Amino acid sequence: MRPAPSACPACAAAPAAEALAARDLPDARIALSLPTIHCAACISKIESALDAHPQVRSARVNLTLKRASIDAAPGVTADEMRALVERLGYEAHELDAGTLNATATDKAGRDLLMRLAVAGFAAMNVMLLSISVWSGADAATRDLFHWISAAITLPAIAFSGMPFFRNAWAALRQGRLNMDVPITLAIVLAVITSLWETSLSGEHAYFDAAIALTFFLLAGRYLDHRTRAIARSAAEELTALEVPRATRLHDGEEKVVSVSELAAGDLVLVRPGGRMPVDGEIVGGTSEIDRSLLTGETRPVFAGEGQAVSAGEVNLTGPLTIRATAVGAETSLHRMADLVAIAESGRSRYTSLADRAAKLYAPGVHILAGLSFLGWYLYTWDLRTALNIAAAVLIITCPCALGLAVPAVTTAASGRLFRRGMLIKHETALERLAQVDTVVFDKTGTLTAGTPRLEAPGTVPPEAMAVARALAEGSSHPLARAIAEAAREAGVAAAKVSDVTEVPGYGTKGRYEGREVRLGRASWTGAKPRTQTASFLDMGGGGPVAFPFTDALRPGAQEAVAALVADGKRVILMSGDTEPAVATLADRLGIKEWTAEALPADKAARVEELGGEGGHVLMVGDGLNDTAALAAAHVSISPASALDAARVASDIVLLGNDLSPIGAACVTARSATRRIRENFRIATVYNIVAVPLAVAGLATPLIAALAMSASSITVSLNALRLR
Amino acid sequence: MNVLAYLIPISLILGGLGLVFFIYTVRSNQYDDPEGDARRILTDDWDEHPKP
Repeated sequence: MRPAPSACPACAAAPAAEALAARDLPDARIALSLPTIHCAACISKIESALDAHPQVRSARVNLTLKRASIDAAPGVTADEMRALVERLGYEAHELDAGTLNATATDKAGRDLLMRLAVAGFAAMNVMLLSISVWSGADAATRDLFHWISAAITLPAIAFSGMPFFRNAWAALRQGRLNMDVPITLAIVLAVITSLWETSLSGEHAYFDAAIALTFFLLAGRYLDHRTRAIARSAAEELTALEVPRATRLHDGEEKVVSVSELAAGDLVLVRPGGRMPVDGEIVGGTSEIDRSLLTGETRPVFAGEGQAVSAGEVNLTGPLTIRATAVGAETSLHRMADLVAIAESGRSRYTSLADRAAKLYAPGVHILAGLSFLGWYLYTWDLRTALNIAAAVLIITCPCALGLAVPAVTTAASGRLFRRGMLIKHETALERLAQVDTVVFDKTGTLTAGTPRLEAPGTVPPEAMAVARALAEGSSHPLARAIAEAAREAGVAAAKVSDVTEVPGYGTKGRYEGREVRLGRASWTGAKPRTQTASFLDMGGGGPVAFPFTDALRPGAQEAVAALVADGKRVILMSGDTEPAVATLADRLGIKEWTAEALPADKAARVEELGGEGGHVLMVGDGLNDTAALAAAHVSISPASALDAARVASDIVLLGNDLSPIGAACVTARSATRRIRENFRIATVYNIVAVPLAVAGLATPLIAALAMSASSITVSLNALRLR
Repeated sequence: MNVLAYLIPISLILGGLGLVFFIYTVRSNQYDDPEGDARRILTDDWDEHPKP
């Protein structure tokens, strides 16, 4: 920057110095997720509020993605921005900008759209010229129109047809046939014979057919790509919502850093409610930890000095200081994710309906075209006629409708399921979901909400309940919160308890009518431990009172299981939790088959065994202990609350809290598969009508254009009938 | 039929203009937020708000 000429040197130097200082620090780019915005007023309210902040350079709200991206001066934190938006009355969550690449529009989609636009433009112009040829233009006019068509078509196809040519070449090099090989052959042969015909002032040129074919097929590709891009960006957002940060202790000073900056040996502070960012050993503090996402156990485990913890566990009551032993890719969390990658490779065994159709179809088309070429050549000894007829056969049989048959249906079905709160991540997930006959559920966090509920609050004496409420309200431990809530529901007021203090790792204590009262673990209150999850209240005499817990059901769990059973599916419950807990839940939901205390490897092995018996298994799970099973199953679903690794391993993610869409999704998947098959049949019928004409040498460019457009449009309309 | 000598180039140029314009809209990210852009035209605020 050049300082402006000025009377005082300091005036000129100060802005320059400022600019220098600003250049050293990177600008803060902040992304917020705003799930509740819905109107024009929301946009302008949020944008003007953000812009009013002195350090914000620009802020832009995207209503489609329900996101705000903020460009701010260095030093502005996302928390500050989040608080600002929340003060306006909107829900806001920070998104990890590193995970979120979708803010830059995806390049592949834009590339396809550009090619589609060029093909559409060329197809419209060539069709206009072709109409006059079909309606009887002849001699010099026809030749002129053919030459103009060629001039438009050749560059347009060279640009738009690239994706097909590239795929076909890749397949041929590996000695395989895919749908793109007959497509490429048809386009190239049509263009070559048409050029030859045109140069000899011939009657039939297929430029219009070649470019229309490219246009329709690109439309199918684009639909397919969009469906997957939407799912990918939604999945990315789920990941970005978990901002990987940790508090590092350095010389007694706390500093918030990104998890990727941690190294083995670092001291990390984990506050109550926080998740362990690394594997490590506790060096300070006592607390309880919830390892349900890793093992499926619902009961909180005591954590004291010297104990090992793994990444992904949740700290419940007291602050813990941890010395990291493994970070990043070496943590047990990541090693589990590697297990998934191995199981995932088995998934490629499934061949999609489209691939199966291509396998039947591609050789058939080539043989038919080859035979008609040979037949006509031997009959007439005229290369030009034979080649013309072979090109006509290839164009008429070309899988224009087949290319649209699958993407049109999956786009419609995915959109429908997305509105119901299901995210279809994998392209063949719907087809696989339609085949499912066995459903395996995980318990903790999947069928249950992962939050405990007091069992039979009516059996607890009212005085004990009142004291328990007073003690429980002094803690944020999930069991304590459940007791407080149950007491509130029962209308029991809190007793007068003084000096309530929380003893991390054990419970809460206080003074009630001159005695010390304690609410917490069995060993701390002098009670006998139970197999069931329970808290105990020691009233300072008269023996401890037990507060047993059950896990609250996730909304829609009952309906989902009932719908699947009514649908004739075999439902199995598989959990890492203790036997009584699993048995109670299975009984409550009416599930006949269940397994308790299953290790992660057991789950995966059992799912594989079911698959080996010929079953098509749907696995529904959320924890790290389920990831291997999720990947091994025929198709898998995980809720949005699941660990990142589990969501990555599953094909479908449930966005809401509700499980009930699962039953309906199976029905939608089945009808989608039925529509795909119907579409294949429609395309085949068009071929059966038109192919004999082509082989007999009666096909004209008009017939080719009619057959192609009519079949593509019928197939798309049929896909839209999906309910 | 001499009129074709004018009409065909004209139709191609007009169509080509449409294509170029469409490519411009794709390149300048005008399809990133279709829902938001549809509603933004309803707001009364000025688009330009020069930061002081």
